[in-house]
Amino acid sequence: VRMMRFSEAIDDAISEAMAEDPRIIVYGEDVPLLRRNLLVRFGGDRVRGAPISEGAFLAAGVTAAMAGLRPIVEVYMADFLGVAVDALLNHASKVRTFSGGTWTAPLVVRVPCGAGYGDGGQHGQSLWGWLAHIPGLVVAVPSTPADAGGLMTAALRHEDPVVFMEHKLLSESWLEFLGSSGRRAVSFDVPAEGARGPCPRPWQPLPFGKAICRREGTDVTLASVGVGVHRALEAAVLLEKDGISAEVLDLRSVSPLDVDAIRASVSRTGGLVAVDEDYQGFGLTGELAAVVAEAGIPARFARVATSATIPYARNLEAQALPSAERIRRAGMGLAQGGTT
Amino acid sequence: MDADLWSLYGLMFRSRLFEEAITRLWNDGLISGEMHLGTGEEAIDAGIVAQLRDGDAMALDHRNTPALLMRGVDAVAILRELLGRPSGLCGGLGGHMHLASRQHLAAASGIVGGTGPAGVGFALAAKTLRPGTLAVSFFGEGAMNQGMLLESMNLASAWKLPALFVCKDDGWSITAASAEMTGGDLAERARGLGLETAEVDGLDVEAVWAAAEVAMSGIRAGGKPVFLRARCTHLEGHFLGFQLLRAVREPLKEAGSIAVPLAGSLLRPGGGSLAERVSGLREVLARMRAALADPARGEAGDPVARVRARLTDVARRESVERDVERAVASAVAEALEEHAP
Repeated sequence: VRMMRFSEAIDDAISEAMAEDPRIIVYGEDVPLLRRNLLVRFGGDRVRGAPISEGAFLAAGVTAAMAGLRPIVEVYMADFLGVAVDALLNHASKVRTFSGGTWTAPLVVRVPCGAGYGDGGQHGQSLWGWLAHIPGLVVAVPSTPADAGGLMTAALRHEDPVVFMEHKLLSESWLEFLGSSGRRAVSFDVPAEGARGPCPRPWQPLPFGKAICRREGTDVTLASVGVGVHRALEAAVLLEKDGISAEVLDLRSVSPLDVDAIRASVSRTGGLVAVDEDYQGFGLTGELAAVVAEAGIPARFARVATSATIPYARNLEAQALPSAERIRRAGMGLAQGGTT
Repeated sequence: MDADLWSLYGLMFRSRLFEEAITRLWNDGLISGEMHLGTGEEAIDAGIVAQLRDGDAMALDHRNTPALLMRGVDAVAILRELLGRPSGLCGGLGGHMHLASRQHLAAASGIVGGTGPAGVGFALAAKTLRPGTLAVSFFGEGAMNQGMLLESMNLASAWKLPALFVCKDDGWSITAASAEMTGGDLAERARGLGLETAEVDGLDVEAVWAAAEVAMSGIRAGGKPVFLRARCTHLEGHFLGFQLLRAVREPLKEAGSIAVPLAGSLLRPGGGSLAERVSGLREVLARMRAALADPARGEAGDPVARVRARLTDVARRESVERDVERAVASAVAEALEEHAP
């Protein structure tokens, strides 16, 4: 066990996988600089910079994968997937079905996501629900360095496309590059346990669709991914002071979703607060409600998500994103039998 | 008609002081997120904007402050937006990459290449609703590799739209040298899509102004859309606090955090051959050196200094500068006054 920071763990897992599997290559905008540590270990044929042409280089990753490579394609931010989404929506996700199961596209898309550093509504979206909506894509959203390295290790061994989402608030390098940029006069609400933590050596793949219970509780279940898990853990501490015992479930991947773990937890607690930094409508929170309802589990339900375009102003941004306080209020409401 | 160098200098000098004030506010943590300045491209913005007329539209990229300011958008409203105030230009909701002024038909986007289609839509509305007006798209040469920008040039050609595409070419696609990321010649690309093309020294405001006049009069008269390429240097790199520039300006502070993991990875067992590793290291070092040692980031690459040197009536120049300094200082004070808790 060693202590690692979030992106350091991802880079380390990639570096180890690349040493074992010569099919793995990495490319994307600014990759020679951003992944300079991989470049000096593996050389320019395997670590390559790309022009600002997301549509072309993401789609090229699909067929490169079909033809035998294992590309990690980096896209600067989840928001910019909008420029290139055809590659995922109409191609990567369809390869296995369209080929009658005879062909696959083992492509990993590494993409920073998330808000909390005041970069405006076009550079802080989460969008994992939007991606998970498409059948045929694995969407992983780690919340700790250990999970990040483990899920990346799994992604690089997976036979189908994986979107690996790296929250910028947990990432020491993205937050420095985009948020503080050398300034001391700015601060961010970074969850310490998510930004740095113990990591296994060597890396072991974490299976997709396996949630983990971060905190046990009896009165209500708080379920989330990424930074939302840490906000839920903070809320659980607050709720405990209110006499409410909250369980915190870290889903780790949005697709596949660990339906069994969600149902088991909610069956015990009788209440679910779905916490999601992604948009509220037609997304993960609604999906969680459906998972519980479809199983006929009688449970109270509430959700804390982002319901509108993320505002630029830091104070408004903080109000728009799920906070421990908003989660606490939702948990209280359920425990007091408010919402059904 | 000759360019009025005094008024062009006024626009540029005001923009420079304004963005220097923004830099201070950003350094103090009062402006959040990324901050992309237009320092170094003022001659391009001034030369183009000074040729615009009422009803013309602007599709702006992430370096939008100079053009908006020069177009007449209220300086205090811009500052308050950057400070995230409800009284800001966009209510504090948009932020610096997404400034917009409906009254001025000007809208910005932080998506590279997005100003191509945005300009085409403005041009379609111009042609349909306001004959004789036009739309300008501003973008960098890095965006020329973005499909939607090339598609929009073709669209403007096919639909014979009053569109001017202004390529502010600083040679850098974020941290990569554009020459290494780009095949062929940019003007040739634009010609291949049916556009008229022109090249101009983007540090020479008079030349930009004259080229804009030719381009716009052709467009207004129903001619082909135009691709205007103007070279410049962004004095602060890609954005404020740009890691590569920090590493050269404060090497002791920054170099260790770069060099230590780099050396560790270079020597790590497994991976590429020695030759591959050495070539990888060369590429990293060359990239950093190129960004750091860009000689154009000195006075020679500064369009404001260049036009200033041509204004030989020192007393008049100092008087113009004093007025601008006072105006900018007062706008900052007014914006901050409301910002105080």
